[in-house]
Amino acid sequence: MAAPAKRVEQLDRVVIRFAGDSGDGMQLTGDRFTSETAQLGNDISTLPNFPAEIRAPAGTLPGVSSFQVHFADYDILTPGDAPNVLVAMNPAALKANLPELPAGADIIVNTDEFTKRNLAKVGYATSPLDDDSLREYAVHPVALTSMTVGALADAGVSKKDAERAKNMFALGLLSWMYSRPFQSTLRFLERKFAKRPELVAANKAAFQAGWNYGETTEAFTVRYEVKPAKMRPGTYRNITGNQALSLGLVAAGVRSKLPVFLGAYPITPASDILHELSKHKRFGVTTMQAEDEIAAIGAALGAAYGGALGVTTTSGPGVALKGETISLAIALELPLVIVDVQRAGPSTGMPTKTEQADLNMALFGRHGEAPLAVIAPKSPSDCFHAAIEAARIAVTYRTPVILLSDNYVANGSEPWLLPSVDELPDLHVPFTTEANTADGRFLPYLRDPQTMARPWAVPGTPGLEHRIGGLEKADKTGDISYDPANHEFMVRTRQQRIDAIAVPDVDVEDPEENARVLVLGWGSTYGPIGAACRALRQRGLPIAQAHLRHLAPLPANLGEVVAGYDKVVIPEMNLGQLAQLIRAKYLIDAVAFNQVSGLPFTAATLENMLEDVVKNG
Amino acid sequence: MANPVAVTLTAKDFKSDQEVRWCPGCGDYSILAAMQRFMPELGIPRHNIVFVSGIGCSSRFPYYMNTYGMHSIHGRAPAIATGLSASRPDLSVWVVTGDGDALSIGGNHLIHALRRNVNLKILLFNNRIYGLTKGQYSPTSEIGKITKSTPAGSADSPFNPLSLALGAEATFVARTIDSDAKHLQSVLRAAATHEGSAFVEIYQNCNIFNDGAFELIKDPATRDEHLIRLEQGQPITFGTDGRYSVVHPEGSFGLKVQQGGTPMVHDATVDDPAYAFALSRLSGSDLTTTPIGVFRNVQRPSYDEIVRKQVHDAKAQATGTPEEMLSDLLNAGDTWTIL
Repeated sequence: MAAPAKRVEQLDRVVIRFAGDSGDGMQLTGDRFTSETAQLGNDISTLPNFPAEIRAPAGTLPGVSSFQVHFADYDILTPGDAPNVLVAMNPAALKANLPELPAGADIIVNTDEFTKRNLAKVGYATSPLDDDSLREYAVHPVALTSMTVGALADAGVSKKDAERAKNMFALGLLSWMYSRPFQSTLRFLERKFAKRPELVAANKAAFQAGWNYGETTEAFTVRYEVKPAKMRPGTYRNITGNQALSLGLVAAGVRSKLPVFLGAYPITPASDILHELSKHKRFGVTTMQAEDEIAAIGAALGAAYGGALGVTTTSGPGVALKGETISLAIALELPLVIVDVQRAGPSTGMPTKTEQADLNMALFGRHGEAPLAVIAPKSPSDCFHAAIEAARIAVTYRTPVILLSDNYVANGSEPWLLPSVDELPDLHVPFTTEANTADGRFLPYLRDPQTMARPWAVPGTPGLEHRIGGLEKADKTGDISYDPANHEFMVRTRQQRIDAIAVPDVDVEDPEENARVLVLGWGSTYGPIGAACRALRQRGLPIAQAHLRHLAPLPANLGEVVAGYDKVVIPEMNLGQLAQLIRAKYLIDAVAFNQVSGLPFTAATLENMLEDVVKNG
Repeated sequence: MANPVAVTLTAKDFKSDQEVRWCPGCGDYSILAAMQRFMPELGIPRHNIVFVSGIGCSSRFPYYMNTYGMHSIHGRAPAIATGLSASRPDLSVWVVTGDGDALSIGGNHLIHALRRNVNLKILLFNNRIYGLTKGQYSPTSEIGKITKSTPAGSADSPFNPLSLALGAEATFVARTIDSDAKHLQSVLRAAATHEGSAFVEIYQNCNIFNDGAFELIKDPATRDEHLIRLEQGQPITFGTDGRYSVVHPEGSFGLKVQQGGTPMVHDATVDDPAYAFALSRLSGSDLTTTPIGVFRNVQRPSYDEIVRKQVHDAKAQATGTPEEMLSDLLNAGDTWTIL
């Protein structure tokens, strides 16, 4: 592919959104563009957005699937509020995404799909390409489908297969426009279509046709470059939250020297964790696709009883079903990791949209006094470390731990600075193999004075045969007990042992140390909150940011932190669940800022809101 | 299941230090005693045996066995035991459940454990009533049953537990009776040696809320006219002087009882489940012709075995220490390095 003879312009950041019908391969196109961009060394953040329907009616608004990628020559925190470039594969994709497009943005449209029928499907009376409605944008009409089919006339593939390669034409064009290295995409195509060499050739040809079109057409006069970002030295890979979480669980197995047992029932957006872990049997990972959510956690608990690192992965509706078994795990005091990849609820809600509305359920959604540990990752790559932390707490303190991911971090991606295995925490906890009293008896509820954990004596251990169960247990012996004083003691002890889990203090980011307003977040809002705080500081408005990973127990210094500011603002993708907790626990007048649209906060939304608080109190 | 090793234990070794708290006269006592007497025969050390139960009177069982045990939650014992058994091939895992626990709230887990052929021994104590919640009808109660919750009689037809298990592709299906210790132990013996799921229905008398439910086949005065003892390789006959035969009428899908005729010769190893199913249909709520013994005993790879083989094979192909493998995994795919 010859060097272009076109003007090259330098940009510091670009946000591109690929949008098309859910069968158009937009997720794949976005993934490939992201991978090329990562190879170049830009910082990246991505956000897919797709319908729950596998194939919604073609060409309709509900069927639009999109993938947004933000890349820059500096460190970025979010997938970008609004795209600079929209690739619209059909009228529905244009119409669905236009409201978020700022004036001046580039729009690349596939003109072949702007037929009367397709326009009518989405309520366009006339083609927006022909009237004046897109005058605020730089529209680049490209006959993507017909040019792809034309380029593949001699490729020996069916017309249908040729048409399907149009996403590679689009990728080739965009890769040319933004000067992306394309070798990894060619290699990817070889892997993907390994069993059908004619499709490898066709897709490569479509990609090249798109690239060449950019180079030769007069429709595009400028080519762009975004220089590599200054990032910490090391080896990186681009990773989604669900992938990172899966690898974190594998790593937890290696570092604890325990076989991982995953019990799971397919549910969006958590199923990818089941898919990923099922590939890693060589690490001794067993995955079981159970008959339902309850069986999934039951099997994981059974495996934990037998000495495995028991894990179950699900989303909100699944956690609701697992509640009774979680309470059993609390009574049995066995380690268990419960991953909740949150989605918009209640009920089926919007399975492919994000929300943080399961916090109350994670903290309080069980019968009886049933405390456990709750943690949340703040970004896609952080899911790796959060999974290890969840496993650490579970095995060290013999307790169920809920890990609250959400659709935004689960499906979003970012570059991940790969850790070296030796740096990962050692999670090894020995099983109890001997009697634990001076007179040679074994008491299954005699606690470790440091961790308050009871012995993990697994079946198969000679001499330690014992029975456990959901009925209230006598302190130390674990025998069934209805004694009022014992129950009072055990309820309080179960709470104390969660409260006593060692978690790090929360850090406050306040570079000038002059902020009077603290913005406190948890989980996936870290990116947009961080971006908003940076923007405010750049404009000379001081603001402090603190972000919670541990939600139960809360960091010991949190009360002191929140008391140190005039105002504490808590943005959440729910109706104020953390805010309510902070107000109740620390008796401060925290301000809740809430969004429950199924979409993540934009940095601009938060910047505007926080600016108002900083200026007007 | 674990390999037998040389240990000499007695029934006493299997009695835990917990006071047994079933109602006096409950059929569960005789099942517990039979189990404690039978267990030493297995030749498995106590620490390699686990009893997992759900909720209900029968589910107190693990507390009284001096082995490992878990009294879990209502209906979920097969699911919990599946995770334990699949990850611990060295253990002999037993599930103790009741008609409400296994067939009502836990029905889904039961059929899926049987379908998977998990290496579990599932003992269903069927007393045809809810005992622990004080006397509501159960999914095995006869239609029209008058109880606290159905003063005008229950409106729903009962399950035939054996037909259900066979429909769920169970590889070992048997029935026995609480009061017949010898028969009970013979069935436990057969179940214990079966690789895969063994499902045993035990007719159990609840003398408080459903007393005498199985009297027709227990009372020596009536028993022999109604109870059909299945024995491998033997003609299926019963009644005084064996006057009744179980026959397969030509052109019929099922089996029937008649006087005289050529009786079926019992073979639990017949691959086609239709035979065992036909046997299971002989008994209804009224118990007038009730087979006991092993209905079906066939071999099929257990879920545990298949799952462990997949893990084993993957591990066998792996090279390097777990840490090295993990490092390779983290560094897989498209990576880039910043200096």
